[in-house]
Amino acid sequence: MTGTRMTGTRMTRTRLTPARLRPADVLRAGSAGLRARPARIVLSALGIAIGIATMISVVGVSASGKAGVIRQLERLGTNMLVASPGESMFTGKQTSLPEGAERMVLRIPGVRHAAATGGTPATVRRTDRVPKGETGGLTVQAATRDLLTTLRGRVRTGTWLNAATGRHPAVVLGSVAARRLGVTAPGEQVFIGDRYFTVIGILDDLPLAPEIERSALVGWDAARRLLGFDGHPTAVYQRSTDAAVASVRALLPRTINPRDPQDVKVTDPSTALRAKAAAAGAFTDLLLGLGAVALLVGGVGVANTMVISVLERRHEIGLRRSLGATRGQIRLQFVTESLLLSGLGGIAGAVLGAAATFGYATFMGLPPTVPLWSLTGGLAATLAIGMLAGLYPAVRAARLSPTVALQAT
Amino acid sequence: MNVVELSGVRKEYPGGVVALAGVDLTVRRGELVGIVGPSGSGKSTLLHIVGSLDRPTRGTVRIAGHDVAGLTDRELAALRARHIGFVFQSFHLAPGLTALDNVADGLLYRGTPLRERRRRAAAALERVGLAERLTHRPHELSGGQRQRVAIARAVAGDPDLLLADEPTGALDTASGGAVLELLRDLNAEGTTIAVITHDHEIAAALPRRVRVRDGRVVADEAAVR
Repeated sequence: MTGTRMTGTRMTRTRLTPARLRPADVLRAGSAGLRARPARIVLSALGIAIGIATMISVVGVSASGKAGVIRQLERLGTNMLVASPGESMFTGKQTSLPEGAERMVLRIPGVRHAAATGGTPATVRRTDRVPKGETGGLTVQAATRDLLTTLRGRVRTGTWLNAATGRHPAVVLGSVAARRLGVTAPGEQVFIGDRYFTVIGILDDLPLAPEIERSALVGWDAARRLLGFDGHPTAVYQRSTDAAVASVRALLPRTINPRDPQDVKVTDPSTALRAKAAAAGAFTDLLLGLGAVALLVGGVGVANTMVISVLERRHEIGLRRSLGATRGQIRLQFVTESLLLSGLGGIAGAVLGAAATFGYATFMGLPPTVPLWSLTGGLAATLAIGMLAGLYPAVRAARLSPTVALQAT
Repeated sequence: MNVVELSGVRKEYPGGVVALAGVDLTVRRGELVGIVGPSGSGKSTLLHIVGSLDRPTRGTVRIAGHDVAGLTDRELAALRARHIGFVFQSFHLAPGLTALDNVADGLLYRGTPLRERRRRAAAALERVGLAERLTHRPHELSGGQRQRVAIARAVAGDPDLLLADEPTGALDTASGGAVLELLRDLNAEGTTIAVITHDHEIAAALPRRVRVRDGRVVADEAAVR
């Protein structure tokens, strides 16, 4: 028995203070309502889970995309510069690069590889029956032999141009050009200019030089002899050591065209890729907002479940009050229940979102990346929503008078 | 020594309904008293006031020595946790919990640790004759067994007062009789019990009967034994 006991004077009494619940008991009481109604719990936690999964997978997919671009950049290198003829400052006409520009570039300190391509007036078609105007957006370019090394490109099938094939009607197709022409293997013939060329190789994708992907590449000499190429490069590709990029960039125009350096345009193709990495996050805000809306709807679902739960469980509330629960303990029980409910949804959503990211990234060949901040942020958002959604029903439950709760029908 | 002392207790509900119109009632430790009256007589209100679930509009209420008027809501909760056990007509058991955990939860708000709660719950279930049914859930038990689980929950903490509100109301005659028998046994072991009922037959089996009508005590009679 307890210490409160009347003695003869009836004035003796100890102060009544409600017992404090242990954390484990708070959890037990808070989860009791969930355990009793599993189906409803799964459904209303699902709302939260979908919201969190959306947000985490959106962040994860964009982070994976970014990581993929960065990985690609590392492989391709950021030490390649391209020089091309600009428009003349005086006449506004397209200028040209001097012959042998790539050999001059090789003399710049720090330059490792240099190669040139030159545009020809010829077109490439599948057969001579195809009308001349239907180029399919493809160009025919003369290429020096170092081009593939400079671009760090690879031949998908067949071979690259060499000293012998570079003089004859042989052609190497960029990946896009091969696809548009419907050429899948070396040995086939394509119609260039006014005669058939034999395809000797097809290149892999070249993320740093999309213009080469869309080209039919012919040897320098063959282009001059057979296609009326004037020998002036239209692009000089060069690769230097990483440290020398800035100084090479400054020296390139003067080296290529000492008389009119202002007519030489120098570009860094890796900046385009870097821009792509940055752009990978552009969609994210919109989709993240969508996820937030889903999360909010999930939170409303939890609040709804809790309100109904409080209405249905008035007898339980009355019983607990009769067993000695204070208003605060009833409130705590329902807030705990709501937190558990949304927390379960949040954890399920985080697992789902991470799994979706891994699935997508693996499928797309990207490095799967789920930023830690998105996981912790998602769970924090869940708990905040559980708190908000549970507070109003919990306060209502606590305000319920025990007699009304017990008599409720 | 008095467990319950009511003097001049009046309870009005908003709208002018007078549920209790001046009730004096004393229950001594160790008594088994029936509070009898038809529906609308005010006996439910009396139960709520004696159980400290509600406060009177006027008059003084002392439960286990505590003047209810001077207590805050929190203190009333603590009073119920330590001194009063309730048994309801509809049992109010948690459907998902075993008999043992249902009884153990009766001690939750006393701050008793789980292990001790379960130990005392097992002892209480043994007292009501359900030692073999510890792991059964309410739907696996008969009505009479469910009410005995509810009684075990009410007595697990050795309350100063056990309040039973129509404890046999939802039971057939045989199980009702068994429940009444159990209450008498518990009383014989020292528990103070007040049974609220409209059933004169049940009341007749109790040693003291307080008859309530129109919010007043109209008779307070002890059985001649």
